[in-house]
Amino acid sequence: MDRFPFLIFVSILFCQIDNSKFAEYDETLIGTDQRIRMIPVSGGEFRMGSLESERRRREDEGPAHQVIVSDYWISSLEISWDLYELFLLRNIDSLLVDNERYNMDIDAISGATMPYVNYNQPGYPVINVTQYAASQFCKWLTAKTGNFYRLPTEVEWEHACRAGSEEAYSFGKASVSIKRYAWYKKNSDGKLHKGGLKEPNALGIYDMHGNAAEWVLDFYNSQGYSINNNVQIDPVQFSERLYPRVVRGGSFKDGPARLRSAARDYSKELWKRRDPQSPKSLWWHTDAVHVGFRIVRSKSIANKNDLEKYWIKPIKEY
Amino acid sequence: MKKQQNHTINRRTFLGNSAKIAAAGIIFNKLSATTKKYNSWDGEIKVALVGCGGRGTGAAIQAIASDRDVRLVAIADVFKDQAQSCLDSLVEKYGDSEQLSVLKETIFIGFDAYKKAIDMADVVILTTPPGFRPQHFTYAVENNKHVFMEKPVATDIVGIKKVIDAGKLAIKKKLNVVVGLQRHYQRSYRKVKKLIDRGSVGRIISGQVYWNGAGVWVRPRNPQQTELEYQMRNWYYFNWLCGDHIVEQHIHNLDVANWFIGATPISAQGMGGREIRNGKDHGQIFDHHFVEFTYPKGQIISSQCRHQPGCMNRVDEVFQGSQGNVHVHSGNYGLIQSHRGRKLYLHDGENDINPYQQEHNELFAAIKEGEYLYKDFQRGVNSTLTAILGRMSTYSGQKITWDEALSSNLDIVPNNLTSFEDSAPVYPDKQGKYPIPIPGVTKFI
Repeated sequence: MDRFPFLIFVSILFCQIDNSKFAEYDETLIGTDQRIRMIPVSGGEFRMGSLESERRRREDEGPAHQVIVSDYWISSLEISWDLYELFLLRNIDSLLVDNERYNMDIDAISGATMPYVNYNQPGYPVINVTQYAASQFCKWLTAKTGNFYRLPTEVEWEHACRAGSEEAYSFGKASVSIKRYAWYKKNSDGKLHKGGLKEPNALGIYDMHGNAAEWVLDFYNSQGYSINNNVQIDPVQFSERLYPRVVRGGSFKDGPARLRSAARDYSKELWKRRDPQSPKSLWWHTDAVHVGFRIVRSKSIANKNDLEKYWIKPIKEY
Repeated sequence: MKKQQNHTINRRTFLGNSAKIAAAGIIFNKLSATTKKYNSWDGEIKVALVGCGGRGTGAAIQAIASDRDVRLVAIADVFKDQAQSCLDSLVEKYGDSEQLSVLKETIFIGFDAYKKAIDMADVVILTTPPGFRPQHFTYAVENNKHVFMEKPVATDIVGIKKVIDAGKLAIKKKLNVVVGLQRHYQRSYRKVKKLIDRGSVGRIISGQVYWNGAGVWVRPRNPQQTELEYQMRNWYYFNWLCGDHIVEQHIHNLDVANWFIGATPISAQGMGGREIRNGKDHGQIFDHHFVEFTYPKGQIISSQCRHQPGCMNRVDEVFQGSQGNVHVHSGNYGLIQSHRGRKLYLHDGENDINPYQQEHNELFAAIKEGEYLYKDFQRGVNSTLTAILGRMSTYSGQKITWDEALSSNLDIVPNNLTSFEDSAPVYPDKQGKYPIPIPGVTKFI
């Protein structure tokens, strides 16, 4: 009798944890040779945000506070045009979809419209995408692969960016070595670059600092983080409002200060200012050619209902 | 807060009635019948929208935003649902504003709807598919309206000639006409043009202009549609409505070439076809064109436009001058360099105004001041004809001159349509395929 509760405990544990090893893997997509390298990031407690002593810090990066984050994988690269076009064109949808786990109807996932002006270049990060468009890619990928992919929370993003560092950058305090790790204002020639050309951080993740700034799930608050006395586990700030939402990492347009691990930027209505249509596109910005995204996957398996809250809802703009 | 009583579409009535409308299945009932007819008052500028798609709705919003005295008084479309979704957007944006003064009885649906809407206005916004533009523009000018119209201004030569005639009349009547070639209202382009005219790069010798992208939307056939309705829904793929993408879209880049060189081409020769655009809803148009345009002083412009996913994309314009080079694109980008690569000018467009807004700001400011400043139809005609000339050369596989193009009688738009039951100008064969131009076989008309 003594063993019975223990067995139940073990079986619950086994339900919640993926049987696959928590190791690096390549997500493959049937019908294409494109792969997405996923890097395991061990969770735990870390210090989110920046101390007041950090150079070029802004108010919204604080207060620095402890957070606990669960284990997850993150893509080693920003999602490329090549990958995004698979979703845009939807030619491989009918090819053997592994959706047993979530049983999602891939045909029911809204398809993106073509961008008005295309910036597609092989190997380059997809840019000008809305947060909704980035999230729909994740939804489609989830339906296609049976693994739950989504945008990172802001906490996951910063944790992966820091790769254990509490300094301004994952590679240390000073920005002198930044050119080895990042495309930014000084070395980008005003242009986006192919993904993965610079050195990765300690976890093997590329372009966290610079190149394309990256969408996360969270709403932006210029007052900084709202925290209480308890250390929160996997916090995320959803909102019904479309603006402002957080983008991280800085871009090829920014100076070093905006590339710091704790630095935050946010979406603006101006990013659709040259959309001549009304309603404006749900899928594409016109003036956010510096904004892309990368994806994560939690180690623990979410149940289908939990998935819903992570998909970004479409909000019309006129 | 007191509101003007004549303002009948507001957010509350809209939301309040929407369930009822859905139940009754009746469109437009949300607009309560008004007791007060539309009244003019001092300084008010009455605007009518003809063509209620996404772009038309956007243009109406920009018109309203351009000046507080603008009143949108009427909208027109051939499709009820299109007018409805336009109205939904307008109500979302301006439901609480007296600037949205469309009444239930000023929503016009049908093939003659444009006349009724235009009759009510001082200024008209013409944003239907381009095939109808000559007819609408002519009617507007004949009835003394200022005009904002989208590009291109025609899809055939008969249409071009109509626009020229109406344009002459507009000059005589001092009616402002702005055409939605919005690069002319974009700071980066204006600045670079000014520098070119001052001689920054010497004389322009050659250039390359591009609109290479993945393509646009397709609206598949619905079995309940008549042939004419299907074509008007899926209009991008039918030449009488769209003019092919070299005309409908690439016109922007060709327009920049004409503008920066300061002339129109004397001839064109090119090649094109459809490599991947071969589905049953792909109508008649090509998916790529490559055209060489020759200008009066021997300048050559190479023009590429492509609608093929997965290929190199670029949408921009570059020019080589006798003393330097120019690179511009619609992302507020403008660069002038010396032949040695020295940056002579790099435009900082981070905070530039949206050119789609600017074109309305300028038009309505002129109208309000009673000034006659804008004759954009000339540039609209020139750029449209440049693109049609390019299309004539790729369809026929021949070299065609500007004068030959202009003396052609190409007439592909029926001008007496009254209902969706009317016959369409083109029909598919038994396999559902439409006639597609074949270079070397298709004759220049």
